[in-house]
Amino acid sequence: MTHTPEDKPLTLAGREYTSRLIIGTGKYESYEQNAQALKASGAEIITVAVRRVNLTDPDAPMLVDYIDPKEVTFLPNTAGCFTGEDAVRTLRLAREAGDWNLVKLEVLGDKATLYPNMPETFRAAELLIKDGFDVMVYCNDDPIAAKTLEEIGCCAIMPLGAPIGSGLGIQNPVNIRVIVENASVPVLVDAGVGTASESAEAMELGCDGVITNTAIAEAKDPIMMASAMKHAVIAGREAYLAGRMARKMYADPSSPLGGLI
Amino acid sequence: MTISITINGEARDIPHAMSVAELLSTFQLEAKKIAVERNLEIVPRSAYQAVSVEDGDKLEIVRFVGGG
Repeated sequence: MTHTPEDKPLTLAGREYTSRLIIGTGKYESYEQNAQALKASGAEIITVAVRRVNLTDPDAPMLVDYIDPKEVTFLPNTAGCFTGEDAVRTLRLAREAGDWNLVKLEVLGDKATLYPNMPETFRAAELLIKDGFDVMVYCNDDPIAAKTLEEIGCCAIMPLGAPIGSGLGIQNPVNIRVIVENASVPVLVDAGVGTASESAEAMELGCDGVITNTAIAEAKDPIMMASAMKHAVIAGREAYLAGRMARKMYADPSSPLGGLI
Repeated sequence: MTISITINGEARDIPHAMSVAELLSTFQLEAKKIAVERNLEIVPRSAYQAVSVEDGDKLEIVRFVGGG
């Protein structure tokens, strides 16, 4: 007999998703490998960037030729934007290219750490929401900042586990947990996850989902890692719903003490 | 008459003023895969025929690429 814990689907801007894993589409060897990893991950949402077309090579491969925006939700990001205005301009173009409102806002503060610039992030979030966007927002792991973003009207809060692309895992699990406990919109760990166990950890902390790019794209076998991430997110979610046992200082035998020969 | 415009930060000369739609076909770009900004204003896809590209215009033409 199998028992599946009861769970509600992940809901973002009114749309329901079965998978709680969102994968990036950067750093892969090819779009073909990316598409295979996507299939293995079971993800229903991918993050994408907005960049200038290559005018000299119109036949260069396009992401949309490999991954169909009608089948998978494209979540355009503002990677590389350092001001609120840049972010808004980029996402207005993304909305025209894709014809949808769900976006990932990230306003960076510094090239070395890619740490978010929170005052600019607040400002950009306000501008975007006023302009009709549904904003999923990359932010630091500060519970007060997370609450502020929720109050501004962001539809998902996405604190970093560690710097983008670092693969260092969740550096501040206590803050992630506090953010989750205080949020009434979905919380996803965005950035920092390096391997499957770290995705599971994010989910065990109660996160609603995980976004990962580099951990899959830079694995020796990205397709197998994509599958590992899928299972890790499911495992972590079920462990969270199941509720872990209490931690104890000393041993507690699993076999009965009575009836010993 | 040749006109000078800037596309994606590069100066370009095109043979004459033309619609955005004509410009895209000159560069063999499929309208459904890109988005266009003209002088900092989005050009809606529905207006590609109606909006013309004039001398001195600054255009950005973008697409989705892999990203995190």
